[in-house]
Amino acid sequence: MVEAVSSLDARTARHGLDAVRRVLATIPDPEIPVISIVDLGIVRGVEWQDDEALITVTPTYSGCPATEVIMADIGRALTQAGFAKHRVKIRLAPAWTTDWITAEARARLTEFGIAPPGAGSVATARVIDTTALHRGVVRAAVPCPRCGSTHTRELSRFGSTPCKAQYRCEDCLEPFDYFKPH
Amino acid sequence: MTSDRMVFDYLLRLADSDLVLAQRLGEWVGHGPVLEEDIALTNVGLDLLGQARLWFAYAGEVEARFAGAGRSEDALAFSRDGGEFRNLLLVEQPNGNYADTMARQFYFDVWHQLLLVKLAHSRDARIAEIAAKAEKEVVYHAERSADWIIRLGDGTDESHMRIQAAIDDLWMYTGEMFDPDETETMLAEEGIGCDVRTLAPAWREAVGSVLDEATLTLPSGTWMQRGGKHGVHTEHLGQMLATMQWMQRAHPGAQW
Repeated sequence: MVEAVSSLDARTARHGLDAVRRVLATIPDPEIPVISIVDLGIVRGVEWQDDEALITVTPTYSGCPATEVIMADIGRALTQAGFAKHRVKIRLAPAWTTDWITAEARARLTEFGIAPPGAGSVATARVIDTTALHRGVVRAAVPCPRCGSTHTRELSRFGSTPCKAQYRCEDCLEPFDYFKPH
Repeated sequence: MTSDRMVFDYLLRLADSDLVLAQRLGEWVGHGPVLEEDIALTNVGLDLLGQARLWFAYAGEVEARFAGAGRSEDALAFSRDGGEFRNLLLVEQPNGNYADTMARQFYFDVWHQLLLVKLAHSRDARIAEIAAKAEKEVVYHAERSADWIIRLGDGTDESHMRIQAAIDDLWMYTGEMFDPDETETMLAEEGIGCDVRTLAPAWREAVGSVLDEATLTLPSGTWMQRGGKHGVHTEHLGQMLATMQWMQRAHPGAQW
C-alpha cells in the first residue's frame, strides 16, 4: 500500500516536472527571442526539492546582462503557470558551451539571420599557443545565413551581444552576426 | 596554514584587477575610433566586470567566515578607498591613445589567460569553476589584443612608433604580475592559488613572439614598479575611483 502511494507521488511529481519544463521552453532569450532559454542550453536541471521546483541555470557569459532578465522571466513564467513555489539556482561548472545549443535552435538562428556557432573550433583555441598566440587558430569558414556562401569575412570579434561576432558576406554583401563557439 | 583572511585578500586581487580594467575600458564608450572598436572594448569590459562580480560575491562569502558578516559586491566595489584596492598597477594606467590601451590590454590578457588556466585546477572548487568559466572568455580577449599589436606594429610608421612607445612605457608595470608575496606563495603551496613565477616563461614567449611578428622590440628593462597587491598605487587609481564611486559616495546605498 505504501509503495503504491509513493509511486503515485512519483508519477504526479514527474508530470509536474514535465509541466515546469514546458513552461521553461516558452521563455524566449531576451536578446535572441527566436530561441528559448531551453534551446540555449542554460537550463541544466529541473527537479523537486522538498515541495518546490528547483531550476538549475548555468549562465552564458559572466557579464551577460541578459542573465538577470532571464532569472526574472523564469520566476514570472512559473508563478503565472501556477508553480508559485520554485527556486532558481545558478551553477557555474561545467561552464556553459555553445555545444549545448540544440540542433533545432541552430536552424532557427540561421533563419533569423544569425550564423549558428560552429562546432569544434573552440577546442583548438582554448589551448594557449604560447609560441604563436596570433597564428594558433585556423578558423573554419562561417557560412552566410542568408545566401549560404562561405566567402565571408570577420569584421569584429565582438558584436551586439557578448556571444556574437560581426561578419560580412563577400558575395551577397550583407553584414550578419555570428554566434561565437564558446 | 592559510586562513580565510588570506583567501579573501587573494580574491580581492583577482576581482580588483578585473574591475579596474573594466572601468578603464568603459571610459572608451562613445570614444572608440570606429563603432566596431567601441563595441569590442566595452564587450571585453563587460566580460571583466562579470568576472569581477563572481570574485567579489565569493570574497563576500569568505569574509563572512572570519568577520561575521561579508560585504556585498557593491560595497566592495564602491565603498573601499584606493589603499584597499589590490589590483595590478598595470590595469589602472590611463587609456592614453589607442596603442596605450591595446598594449595594456595585451600584457594583461596573456597573463590573465595563463593564470586562469592554472586556477581552473585550484583545490578550492569555487575558484576553479569561476576560473574555468572566465578563461573561455579571456581566450577571445587575448587573441584580439594580439591582433591589434600586430596590426599597429606592422602598420604605418606612425602606428609602429606609438605602439612601441606604449609597449616600452608600460613594461615597468609587468614585473608585478610574476612577483608573489607571502599570501600568494602560501596559497600556491596549498594548491588554492597559483605560483605566478611559473607563468613568466610562457608569458615572455607569447608576448615575445607576437611582438616579433609585429616588428616590435621586447623591452629589456629590469627595474619594475610594484605595490598594487598591498594597496600602494599610482596616482591614477584615486582619480579613477573618484569617478567610479562618486554616486555611492554621494548617496550611500542608492539603488538603481
